[in-house]
Amino acid sequence: MSAPEPVFEAPWHAQVFALTVHLNESGRFEWSDWAERFGATLQRHGVGKELNGGEDYFNAWLETLETYLAETGDADTALVNQTRDAWEKAYLSTQHGQPVTLE
Amino acid sequence: MPHDHSDHDHPHALLPSDPALRVKALETILTRKGLIDPAALDEIIETYETKIGPRNGAHVVARAWLEPDFRAALLRDATAVVCDLGYYGRQGEHMVAVENTAQTHNMVVCTLCSCYPWPLLGIPPGWYKSDAYRARAVREPRKVLAEFGVTLPESVAVRVWDSTAEMRYLVIPQRPEGTEGFTQAQLMDLITRDSMIGTGLAVVP
Repeated sequence: MSAPEPVFEAPWHAQVFALTVHLNESGRFEWSDWAERFGATLQRHGVGKELNGGEDYFNAWLETLETYLAETGDADTALVNQTRDAWEKAYLSTQHGQPVTLE
Repeated sequence: MPHDHSDHDHPHALLPSDPALRVKALETILTRKGLIDPAALDEIIETYETKIGPRNGAHVVARAWLEPDFRAALLRDATAVVCDLGYYGRQGEHMVAVENTAQTHNMVVCTLCSCYPWPLLGIPPGWYKSDAYRARAVREPRKVLAEFGVTLPESVAVRVWDSTAEMRYLVIPQRPEGTEGFTQAQLMDLITRDSMIGTGLAVVP
């Protein structure tokens, strides 16, 4: 048998996957609902270019989840952007090798 | 970019990519709201990285090859059989086992997104999620199979199964000749992931 491929190409692929599975398992949404929305995002992204099933696949995944959580009010867009920027700032102001935390 | 400097000279922690930061933001927000448990996320990742993979499916297929009653039960109600083995569908989907024969070759795709029997095969490979495979598996399955190195005689019909969020498929490949007397463990080594998606055949020893 050939060498196994990594399950996830990048750590954030694993994170966003686990986040979605966890939200589904704790009853925030039905998986069929998710699949329908995700399929629609993939279709929209695939209009202009051929998706390769790697990074662009998880970009579509993340976009779907962000939109979904914004709609349900669980994580609104402004708060996501603000928290994202806070993380960026935390990384840029943390000494290399030290754990990065949000204030 | 301000972060192009060499690896051994980071004044600050390596900045993750934009999507990685966005995922962290979602995790932070949902954790603070008490909607998710970060430990559960780690457990899900660990499970998919280390415990769930095509060996589960190979176990099911090897038993189907060895035990006629198991095979019959699997073809009748795969959901019940794989749940009994602990390969439980986390998303509550139904499993269907489809068997390759001398007359029919089965192949699985998800044209909508990437529905896949996770508990049996793990996380799908990149090509399964690609537009190229999703679009072409239904339109020109023989051509796609040929690209995977599988050339079937014209007399063999190719049947393509389109997965959904509710219905996932496991292909039972044909047992290779020359494997009489093989143990379950020996057989499992012949059953590749691709052979259970239908884009490959079981390895001939």
